[in-house]
Amino acid sequence: MTIDTGAGARPAGAAPSAGAARALDLLDGPVTDTTLRRYLEGIPGVDAVGLEQRAASLGTRSIKTTSKAMALDRIIELVDLTTLEGADTPGKVRSLVAKAITPDPSDPSCPRVAAVCVYGDLVPVAVEALGSLHAPKARAAGNGEGIAVAAVATAFPSGRASREVKLADVADAVRNGADEIDMVIDRGAFLAGRYGQVFEEIVAVKEACRRPDGNDAHLKVILEVGELVTYDNVRRASWLSVLAGADFIKTSTGKVTSNATLPVTLLMLEVVRDWHRMTGEKVGVKPAGGIRTSKDAIKYLVTVAETAGEEWLQPHLFRFGASSLLNDVLLQRQKLHSGHYSGADYVTID
Amino acid sequence: MSFLDYAPAPESRSVVHLRPSYGLFIDGAFVDGHGTPFPTISPATEEHLAEVATADEHDVDLAVAAARKAYDRVWSRMSGADRGKYLFRIARLVQERARELAVAESLNNGKPIKESRDLDIPLVAAWFFYYAGWADKLDYAGLGANPKALGVAGQIIPWNFPLLMLAWKIAPALAAGNTVVLKPAETTPLTALLFAEILQQADLPPGVVNIVTGAGATGQSLVRHPGVDKIAFTGSTAVGREIARATAGTGKRLTLELGGKAANIVFDDAPFDQAIEGVVNGIFFNQGHVCCAGSRLLVQENVHDDVVDRLKQRLSTLRLGDPLDKNTDIGAINSAEQLERIRELTAVGEQEGATPWSPACEIPENGFWFAPTIFTGVQSSSRIAREEVFGPVLSILTFRTPQEAIAKANNTPYGLSAGIWSDKGSRILAVADGLKAGVVWSNTFNRFDPASPFGGYKESGYGREGGKQGLSAYLAPSGGVS
Repeated sequence: MTIDTGAGARPAGAAPSAGAARALDLLDGPVTDTTLRRYLEGIPGVDAVGLEQRAASLGTRSIKTTSKAMALDRIIELVDLTTLEGADTPGKVRSLVAKAITPDPSDPSCPRVAAVCVYGDLVPVAVEALGSLHAPKARAAGNGEGIAVAAVATAFPSGRASREVKLADVADAVRNGADEIDMVIDRGAFLAGRYGQVFEEIVAVKEACRRPDGNDAHLKVILEVGELVTYDNVRRASWLSVLAGADFIKTSTGKVTSNATLPVTLLMLEVVRDWHRMTGEKVGVKPAGGIRTSKDAIKYLVTVAETAGEEWLQPHLFRFGASSLLNDVLLQRQKLHSGHYSGADYVTID
Repeated sequence: MSFLDYAPAPESRSVVHLRPSYGLFIDGAFVDGHGTPFPTISPATEEHLAEVATADEHDVDLAVAAARKAYDRVWSRMSGADRGKYLFRIARLVQERARELAVAESLNNGKPIKESRDLDIPLVAAWFFYYAGWADKLDYAGLGANPKALGVAGQIIPWNFPLLMLAWKIAPALAAGNTVVLKPAETTPLTALLFAEILQQADLPPGVVNIVTGAGATGQSLVRHPGVDKIAFTGSTAVGREIARATAGTGKRLTLELGGKAANIVFDDAPFDQAIEGVVNGIFFNQGHVCCAGSRLLVQENVHDDVVDRLKQRLSTLRLGDPLDKNTDIGAINSAEQLERIRELTAVGEQEGATPWSPACEIPENGFWFAPTIFTGVQSSSRIAREEVFGPVLSILTFRTPQEAIAKANNTPYGLSAGIWSDKGSRILAVADGLKAGVVWSNTFNRFDPASPFGGYKESGYGREGGKQGLSAYLAPSGGVS
């Protein structure tokens, strides 16, 4: 693979992957900057005021009693419990994994989270700590879905490295047992209008997610909405990622000031809903960064259910990228069961 | 259990303490009426809420006399700054009692609590705050120095936004220095009577605002009363015509805010997801009981099918039911009479060849309900495209060019409002310029602000409410009350 530095027309990688095939059908021609631009810039615009109003109105849904209990459990099942610090150590990751397995030691009925999300070099630690609960092993043993290991890759969070380095980063994480790869798009290329380059990179990463046994690590494509800034950009980047074969589109890295918001997540859900209407394929959405309270997370559930549909409220179609959210959900859950609030000392730090 | 079957989340009724019966509010006190009292109900359940007095001719006479006395002795002599203080006080009391007013409004009108709570009552407070600020600045209302109040204003309001229409009428009238006799709609008198309690709390001088409840006859007495200097009416075009005839040649000032059959125009370059929201909000907000409702959807022919598909998908997520449930999107139709009219007109629509569609939704057993309905294949000549249904019924028509959109939008005896959906600013401005409607919304719909004048062209009435323009409906230039 070489890096496309020009804005000229250039076909995508030779062997069309599933993603490239999606795009070829839709663009009705070779995937180039020109055809992508024609397509992406032909998508109807987004009215920011209207989008934010709709999100605010979804945020006023009142989720009480049995619905709230259901929502809290569902949130836990949809969490990618995350630690992405320079200071992460094997010990910290093992602690995170223990929390993922047993979120609330005082309540065995508490569900497990969907995945843990770590940097690539810590994947082996997470896989080992999960043991028989690691998703592929759990599934093979008929022991439920287990817990997946997600790794951020492609020079996360900035994505400023050569394609070679990014692909090596991905391959390394997959080799170490990552079930899911959270890649970042090249925002610089996107903002410069080099859509072909962004497309090609996603296709290449998707290739690198392929394991020798033929299974793929699931690919989440991070748009970093805080750097794309406008809703029109977010919508185009969402379509671009879906066209290139993303299994999930994800809002942000959590490393810039503006991360997941309800309007931006609503917008991305509209894209996957429209994609499903067009093709019958289901693509997932993952808001990440900034969702800290149960109250906020419930607004996201409402938005998912009323936009893409309730079937999207499953771990393979919707995730929360979060760390502190889990404890707030646990506190709310305890309150719902006991009738009174406990406090920070009654949930564990991971 | 499905997550989307949200558990009931009813707003508590305990904040509202309704009395078993209400009298008329005349000269600062509740007094018995001389007409036969009538029951007022909740349209969602047909539950009896309270007994309300009927004002006969004699009672209206007392109310007008009280208003005249208050005008002559107190209100016309008070400084604008002091009148403003009363209005500010009323606005704050409305905010303090917002929850109670919202629940009462939803109970008596049938509208969803999320609308009365988030829209009606906050706007009521905003209207009083806005006109409170004008009370001592009337020299800047555009009528020259020292404009004069008209005297006693008779105001008749409809049932679709009971308390908000009261605010639209009373706030500018008082700010301009008039006193008021107001008649709320027969089916929705409760919040006006709670408002009377607020006036007592605010210590408003007796007689400045009088509230007379009753049916059409009470309104007629008010319109024909020789002691009234000005009539302001919001309601149907038919009644508006009668009032215009009754006041002709009497010297009474008149403003009318009547019906509408607004076009919501969706171009093929519209921001579609937001346009769908706007179309839904345009016609299904307040069960379509909105004079400026976007009841005609004009959609560019090349995107018609896609828009209709998306609309159907969106309508399927609307929740119809208990108005007091915080998750209800569509509440009850206000009265059996209105429900009958909606049924009649939709039946005609079907006979004329248009195709109705409604999402699957459970209709409660008691009360008055109508599922949100869209009609495709509607022609400009269909009655459902011409007459005001005043219900949750949308007629979908197509157009090919901007010129055709403008022509079709204007092809109605009404001219209250219109909407334009397009990403192209120049097109929005050009089309808005061609529309004969008092309000044109672009890329939004049904937005109201006290600073913005509202009113119609043609059979939608005359005069403006809101903004500086709304003041001139209650003022005359110095030295010239004609």
